Amino acid sequence: MKFIAVIRQVPDGESRLRIQGNRVDLSSATLILDQMDEYGVEEALRLKEKHGGEAIVVGFGPERTEEAIRTALAMGMDRGIHVVHEGYADPVTVAEALAPVIREESPTLVLTGGQQADWDSQALGAALAEALGVPVIPWTTAIELEGETVRAKHDLDEGAEWVRVKLPAVFTTQQGLNEPRYPTLPGIMKAKKKEVKKVAFQGNSRVEILEETIQEKARLQRILDGKDPVAAAEELVRLLHEEAKVI
Amino acid sequence: MILVVLDHDGTKLRKGSLEALTRARTLAQALGEKVAGVLLAEAGAPLEEARGYVETLYVAELGPYTAEKWAAGILEAAKGGVKAIVAPSSRQSRAYMGRVAYALKAGLLEDTLESWAEGGEVYAIRYAYLNRVTQKVKSAPPVALTVKPNTTPLAEPLGQGGEVVALQVPPVATVEVLERVQEEKKGVSLTEADVVVTGGRGMGSAEAFKLVEELAALLGGAVGATRAVVDAGWRPYGEQVGQTGKTVQPTLYIALGVSGAVQHLAGMNKSKYIVAVNKDPEAPIFKHADYGIVGDVHQVLPALIGAVKKLKD
Repeated sequence: MKFIAVIRQVPDGESRLRIQGNRVDLSSATLILDQMDEYGVEEALRLKEKHGGEAIVVGFGPERTEEAIRTALAMGMDRGIHVVHEGYADPVTVAEALAPVIREESPTLVLTGGQQADWDSQALGAALAEALGVPVIPWTTAIELEGETVRAKHDLDEGAEWVRVKLPAVFTTQQGLNEPRYPTLPGIMKAKKKEVKKVAFQGNSRVEILEETIQEKARLQRILDGKDPVAAAEELVRLLHEEAKVI
Repeated sequence: MILVVLDHDGTKLRKGSLEALTRARTLAQALGEKVAGVLLAEAGAPLEEARGYVETLYVAELGPYTAEKWAAGILEAAKGGVKAIVAPSSRQSRAYMGRVAYALKAGLLEDTLESWAEGGEVYAIRYAYLNRVTQKVKSAPPVALTVKPNTTPLAEPLGQGGEVVALQVPPVATVEVLERVQEEKKGVSLTEADVVVTGGRGMGSAEAFKLVEELAALLGGAVGATRAVVDAGWRPYGEQVGQTGKTVQPTLYIALGVSGAVQHLAGMNKSKYIVAVNKDPEAPIFKHADYGIVGDVHQVLPALIGAVKKLKD
């Protein structure tokens, strides 16, 4: 059994973003293992703990992405593969970069986050599944491995469904699937010695980012004191009715 | 050809399909192409309605939805060559469009707010970094483009029914659907609602949401919940607003007992007006609010319901 978690390194949602030359500049942002991808790492670890085998973390991104790969290794993943690429790449291009590396490992299943916290893309899992010629189960909240198939629950636009899929398959992860563990100190020490294989990728993104702007909408900030709840509520409703004209 | 995926609920086209049609027509005009539609799915799909919007309608009956079958159907319809495939943004389209984009080696433009063609290339505006950044992007055709809900005027029918072409879709390896878990449907859908009333951890209990429901119903809106509330089991996951839940962009967003974590803000920070009620004046949600009350939600919410009722009388 071989369980692969595909990860990326992204800015922490709390960190401040700056614009430099029409593009987001991450040089002063705190960068972390994408929290959506953490669910995939955790699930790979749980599957390995239950069914045996190997858990491999595959990262895509610039040199610094190795930090996020090491975080996954510190959580307990066995080894890492880093597909090195500078700058933006659209999900089709990322899938092209990852597919040969993943195919070579002949994984039992592949996991990746439901949405990327930087490019806001939700397509990597589906593009990767197409590249590998296997089904995709997006937004998974339960994975039960039963021999050569998985019984999984995942969200649809309305409601959810239970499905059975023959492996290999790609699963995208989200909140509710599991509770990711924290790396332990011995885990962090061990992670330093674990193998991270580097693979260069030179492909060009089909989608080009021309300009990025931070658009913090200026808010009115009319905050009322609620010591007298009835008076405050009536004033708020008046403002929404007469000023904002929304009710 | 510009191909539009005409998503539907089994009986009629979804609003998002009509937005996608409008976008497709704009691209078709700029690129000198024709618009065709593709209608997939179970028996009972709205064939007559769909053919009213396009000159050519590709149709295949594929049984229950799976991303693989829909991708195969769309690729079959696209065989004659496409400059763009346009679909409404939805959880489902993210799965089939990812596959289609890879198969066609297309530039994938996801969740676009606007799109246009210029000099033979397709441009779009979209959000990134958890909705905090606006991006202008471009790609040469073919592109696979999804349309963020409530961004685009709805298309009008053409006036006469288009030609229907039946597709032969080759079988694909896919998933077996065992059981559909339907969400209890109450009032308007969260992502399309013009008013969203969200309760956070500050609501204190599942029972307290009765009043959130009451306010939402009074305003003709939908109920939302934060991750903490869903984790506590007070509300179903389908109501969660945020990075790991749904993204909403209503005219009025009312956050009750919500602190305002970035993951939550990512799901609602583009709302036109944001109203916050929280007893903690330092709660981050107030920084993002247009109007607010610093006060105990358990006292303010009943008073709000009373004030709205009074206004409506």
